[in-house]
Amino acid sequence: MHVHRFERVWIWIGTATMMLFFAILLVVAFGQGIAAPSHVQTVDPQTLSSTPPFDHPGLRKLSNGRYEAYYVGQIFSWNPRTITVPVGSTVTFFVTATDVVHGFLIPNTDVNLEVMPGWVSTATQHFDTAGEYLIVCDQYCGSGHQNMFAKIEVK
Amino acid sequence: MNGRRLMLAHFYVAFAAFAVGTIFGLLQTLSRASAIQLGGFFEYYKLLTAHGVLLALVFTTFFIAGISTYAVYDSMHVERRSLKLGWIAWSVMTLGTVIAAITILAGDASVLYTFYAPLKASPSFYIGATLLIIGSWLVLGDFLLHAKLWRASHQGERLPLPAFMAIINFIMWFLATLGVAVEMVYLIPWSFGWTNGVDVALTRMYFWYFGHPLVYFWILGAYLVWYAMMPKILNVPIFSDALTRVAFIAFLILSLPVGIHHQFSDPGISGTWKLLQTFLTLLVVVPSLMTAYALFATFEEAAFLKGKRGFIGIVQALPWKDPTFAGITLAMILFIFGGFGGIVNASYSLDRVIHNTMWIVGHFHITVGGPVALTFLAISYRLIPVLTGRKLWSQGWAMAQVWMWFIGMSVMSLAMHIQGLLGAPRRVSDISYYGDAQAALWHPWALLTAGAGIILMLSVIAFFVNLVGTLRNDERVEPQTLFALPRANEARPPLGLDRIGVWSVVAVVLVLIAYAGPFIEHFQQHIYLVPGMRTW
Repeated sequence: MHVHRFERVWIWIGTATMMLFFAILLVVAFGQGIAAPSHVQTVDPQTLSSTPPFDHPGLRKLSNGRYEAYYVGQIFSWNPRTITVPVGSTVTFFVTATDVVHGFLIPNTDVNLEVMPGWVSTATQHFDTAGEYLIVCDQYCGSGHQNMFAKIEVK
Repeated sequence: MNGRRLMLAHFYVAFAAFAVGTIFGLLQTLSRASAIQLGGFFEYYKLLTAHGVLLALVFTTFFIAGISTYAVYDSMHVERRSLKLGWIAWSVMTLGTVIAAITILAGDASVLYTFYAPLKASPSFYIGATLLIIGSWLVLGDFLLHAKLWRASHQGERLPLPAFMAIINFIMWFLATLGVAVEMVYLIPWSFGWTNGVDVALTRMYFWYFGHPLVYFWILGAYLVWYAMMPKILNVPIFSDALTRVAFIAFLILSLPVGIHHQFSDPGISGTWKLLQTFLTLLVVVPSLMTAYALFATFEEAAFLKGKRGFIGIVQALPWKDPTFAGITLAMILFIFGGFGGIVNASYSLDRVIHNTMWIVGHFHITVGGPVALTFLAISYRLIPVLTGRKLWSQGWAMAQVWMWFIGMSVMSLAMHIQGLLGAPRRVSDISYYGDAQAALWHPWALLTAGAGIILMLSVIAFFVNLVGTLRNDERVEPQTLFALPRANEARPPLGLDRIGVWSVVAVVLVLIAYAGPFIEHFQQHIYLVPGMRTW
């Protein structure tokens, strides 16, 4: 099988470029800790209302400006609807759903999660700019999907 | 060649789905731009489901079945071939499509084309979709039977290239659709109420095991045209018969073990498995780079024959007045950008920026909506005359059609990509969020999307005017093959490339390696089954 020298060079450059991209992804993932949200934890969606911590969704203050925020998605709203944190806070979100699949997206941040009943999704975000942040549901969940949102006040 | 009516039957179902699906697409762009409010029969999520199913699943599958049947029957001559199996396949596919479409339009399956459990559609939706898939397996059965009959009188010959490409694509499709068939084994009894709940994460894994090779099924349908028909349009031989086979075998092997790159934001799958499939996804770029090389070499060779050299000389030498050539070449240009975006999407840590945003919608409109659909429309200006014997009604309308599609899709896709980078979610009927300041930034780009949607609709209208004009045209054309010949002095491709069975086994082994980890991890968890509900 004849492969022209130019084509051989082209294939090698292409393959090497892809390997370079993959190497960069490895460095970013393991060196800087920027990885896809891959939390592996299940929870019974039928008994969420009596299962801590999801029986009381909302914000928990830890030390040094760190917070944990527990969210439950149910058609067509997020609980809690609003939370308020100071500028400079680092918030870890724990999100699950009771009924169908939802999505937890905060535009202008790195928080973007598929939220499935029976599973807990997590992401951590540092809020260093004051303002009102919108949380939308970014996975289709039914006829009121466009009304499913919440807010974060960063003051 | 017999079987012309069978091929046309596939194309007519494809075009019917295309007409309905694109009208719904325009309505969605207008709804998101707050120009209209959809309700009643035209409820947004119902239309969105119909748009996805009719265009991504029905239009593509029927068109590819039609053009692949043409490739198999035209390149392998078999005396008095029975068309019975081919017609049974078409009938099963069409029956499934009609059942699923009626269920969607009745409002009983607004679950979008991904039908993520535990959204629970009426059983007839899942049954219709399953019939469409089983019918497509019968198409593969018909191809394999045809190849066997041809083989009987062509001992020791290589499979002709067009047939080889069509069969590889359908084997890849068969292996991929096994995933969705297994998913249906869970979903159908559940939708009838015979089981109490469904394993949500597992159904998603099965769906995306099918969902990514699905996009390669589309692309290989277009590559069949690019590799094997484009040289004929340019009066040059196929660049390299053997390397084309190598590229297709690479797609057969690498298209399947990559579905988890659609699930980067899913809980329940560890980063290790996501990174493994990231690596495999990046490897699938290589056969597409080979394709780009072969196509540009084909252009160059065509220009050399006219004595033109250099980039500008080559561009000038190409037959831009031919709407089929122009459409396919514009489709290739779109695919360059589609490929760039695809690499972003496959990049593990970048996913969180664009996951489930309008960026993704922009991406698949500049891949399947642009390159694939435009290739199919452009080659139809050659295919329909060849199959009906009727001359194309208007070159001018065809030229206007392909350019409007190119411009409309470029602008729409760009506006969608930008919305995505600004954080606008996909699959939402109204993106105003009650006057939220962040959401207000998306509105101008949604308006531009709708404007481009109108250009695309004009293109659709031009296509159908020409189609009807052609079917009523009394001017005849001589039937001739649309496939180019291999290079006369090219050595026979190595025999190993024709061992499709062996390569299929390699593909299956790679799937087992890529999915063993995630499956074992999944079943180590305590899984809660979810009852599911109808939320629309």
